[in-house]
Amino acid sequence: MGDIWDILPGLGDKLAAHVVLSASAIGLAMLIALPLAVWASRSAIVSRLALSLASLVQTIPALALLALFFPLLLSLRAVFGPGLPTLGFLPALMALTLYALLPILRNAVTAQANLDPGVLEAADGVGMTRWQKLVLVEAPLSAPFIMAGIRTASVWTIGAATLATTIGQPSLGDPIFAGLQTQNWALVLAGCLVSAGLALVADWLLWWIERGIDERKRWKWAAALLAVVAGVAAALASQSGSDERRIVIASKQFSEQYILAQLIGARLEAAGYAVEYRDGLGSAVVHSAVAASSIDISVDYTGTIWTNYLNRTDNPGREAMYETIRDWELRENKVRVLGRLGFENAYAFAMRQDRAAELGVTSLADLAAVAPRLTVGGDPEFFERPEWINVRDAYGLRFARSRNFAPTFMYNALASGEADVISAYTSDGRIAADKLVVLADPEGALPSYDAMLMLSPRIAQNKGVIAALEPLIGAISVEAMREANLAVDREDAGKRTPKQAAAELGKAISRRPGLDPGPVTIRR
Amino acid sequence: MDLPAPLLRFDSVICRFGEVTAVGASGAGVSCAIAAGSFVALVGASGSGKSTLLKTVNTLVSPSEGRVLFGGEDVAGLPPARLRRRVGYVFQSIGLFPHFSVAENIAIGPRLTGDKLPPARIAELLALVELDPALASRMPDELSGGQRQRVGVARALAGEPELLIMDEPFGALDPVTRAALGNTVRELHTRLGLTTVMVTHDMAEALLLADRVLVMDKGALVADATPQALLAGAGGAVAQRLVAVPREQAERLAAMESLGEGSGEARG
Repeated sequence: MGDIWDILPGLGDKLAAHVVLSASAIGLAMLIALPLAVWASRSAIVSRLALSLASLVQTIPALALLALFFPLLLSLRAVFGPGLPTLGFLPALMALTLYALLPILRNAVTAQANLDPGVLEAADGVGMTRWQKLVLVEAPLSAPFIMAGIRTASVWTIGAATLATTIGQPSLGDPIFAGLQTQNWALVLAGCLVSAGLALVADWLLWWIERGIDERKRWKWAAALLAVVAGVAAALASQSGSDERRIVIASKQFSEQYILAQLIGARLEAAGYAVEYRDGLGSAVVHSAVAASSIDISVDYTGTIWTNYLNRTDNPGREAMYETIRDWELRENKVRVLGRLGFENAYAFAMRQDRAAELGVTSLADLAAVAPRLTVGGDPEFFERPEWINVRDAYGLRFARSRNFAPTFMYNALASGEADVISAYTSDGRIAADKLVVLADPEGALPSYDAMLMLSPRIAQNKGVIAALEPLIGAISVEAMREANLAVDREDAGKRTPKQAAAELGKAISRRPGLDPGPVTIRR
Repeated sequence: MDLPAPLLRFDSVICRFGEVTAVGASGAGVSCAIAAGSFVALVGASGSGKSTLLKTVNTLVSPSEGRVLFGGEDVAGLPPARLRRRVGYVFQSIGLFPHFSVAENIAIGPRLTGDKLPPARIAELLALVELDPALASRMPDELSGGQRQRVGVARALAGEPELLIMDEPFGALDPVTRAALGNTVRELHTRLGLTTVMVTHDMAEALLLADRVLVMDKGALVADATPQALLAGAGGAVAQRLVAVPREQAERLAAMESLGEGSGEARG
């Protein structure tokens, strides 16, 4: 874990983005919660309504709340026009603000309700107006409690802001998500350390402000407030100047995507472009973001788009599927499918060799007979996907149990026997490394998943970009991809970062330019 | 000699809170005039409406019907901040601002109307209520209950009010402090030429401090007499029931005292 010290200095950008996002969310939450608390103190209905709503928001998992703002903003484009950003800072800010509301609001309302009625009567008795009463009495007496609420909100928000990564907002979640996917624990730990450290520092400074107000020591709260302002200003300053438009490359939450993003980024940088990575995005987010040009380049898979966006459940065959999708993307989204990279990352069912031999299973048809005794593992979305429904119905698969695992952990589950069979991916290096048996699919129930290079409308006609990326088309064999994926996913000395794996993959490609025989398939 | 003109006049005042009529339950409303310079005690059981009636003076409560005239003007038409500077208000829970020093608490009324009280004036006010002027820089939570209520009185007097209204001002104090502060207030009343209206449920306190006692019962004014007249049996049944309590206590104390003297003699 000595590499943490090498990683930490590189997290400055993420830290700055994290600080700006968290501070904005807390600031906005205060702007909303404090007047609302004043109103609530004058009206029992407002108080009940506001607190119920804020509590309701808290019951939504932060990750879901962040994800929900994407479709919401997308639908709001009908009102505000296509310029409304649906990804990145805006939705992250909105979700985190909602999340920060409750502690601030609740503490402010409680503080007001618990003010000494004698003091309030005295305020009226000496002739204060409503405003004077608020400014001279209610606000200063509630301030320590409100600060305690702001402290709670800050710690929550700084923690939850790591999830902003999934909707394309750079944050300290970037190293955490990237590390989780590539099993780079140093990266995860570094992200967690910085994020926790930031939360602690914020909590400590806000505690000083709270104490300072409570003890009526102006220097104390003023100094702490100054430190908070200086920290946020420094973060802001380090961010500005980097907003010239770069080419934004997305990756979803698995190793292959990180590697391909780095491979694409390296080629573009070599061609003189400034690039920016949005790693660890949700699958649905990536597709819409490319259509909206919030992201310029992504790698997507034919099967994913076929079922999720074209809502098709039939299987017209690999070529027809690709051509239909290419035309549909251009027509509907103005997204240019530059071509197929050459390999497939399809769903396939895999088992340990010994287990498969013991049960006598070589195909999905064999599996159906023993399935009622077995546990199947899938990634979090698998059991909701039409592919699974198709396969299940085609072979009459009835498992004893089904369990969800993060893609990275599925193979561990298989190795440890927590799952007997998993929904693996054909390009996954661990199939070969773990000597897994991929079960044949005689009915052809699983659709193809050709990896495609997608260009946003913004750069669809950009000759320079296209020239830099065209050599990738048809250039990556499934073996090459597996090797690169394995290099990132393995845990021994051969482990590589996605960037290193991308560089090796890039070298492998350039060693045999144009010689690739075209898409390589493994048939199940 | 002319009778002094009334400084405060209640004119058919009725106060309703929803279904409940707190003041003016008889339907006629409460009417009464209070002369400048008088010390009036407003006595009654809990819920008799005395506090509500008092609060109509500085408009903390607005009458549902009727008017309250202060110096001949309807208080409803006066700007609250100005009115409340002219009407000092002292009440049971004191309500010192815990985040203000003693000096800031005392100076708050004038500050609201744009005047800054000089430290000398603060010291003078503290001296008036028999507190050490050195307390000016203390915070309220450093004071005893009695000291706090003295600051409360000083705060009420800071704006040089013409009228002092007090709602159970000594209710939360121990008997010794209570008696001492009562005497202080009575002295200040005379010395500063104030007009004072004090709400209390303690008839003994009313009889000892006031020169006129009003008795309220179920929202109506049922007696209006001097302490001497009340002790002589005037004021009707409700007032006499209230007078009977301290009188009986006094008689029993006197009896115990004479008994004590008797046994002392026997022993001697």
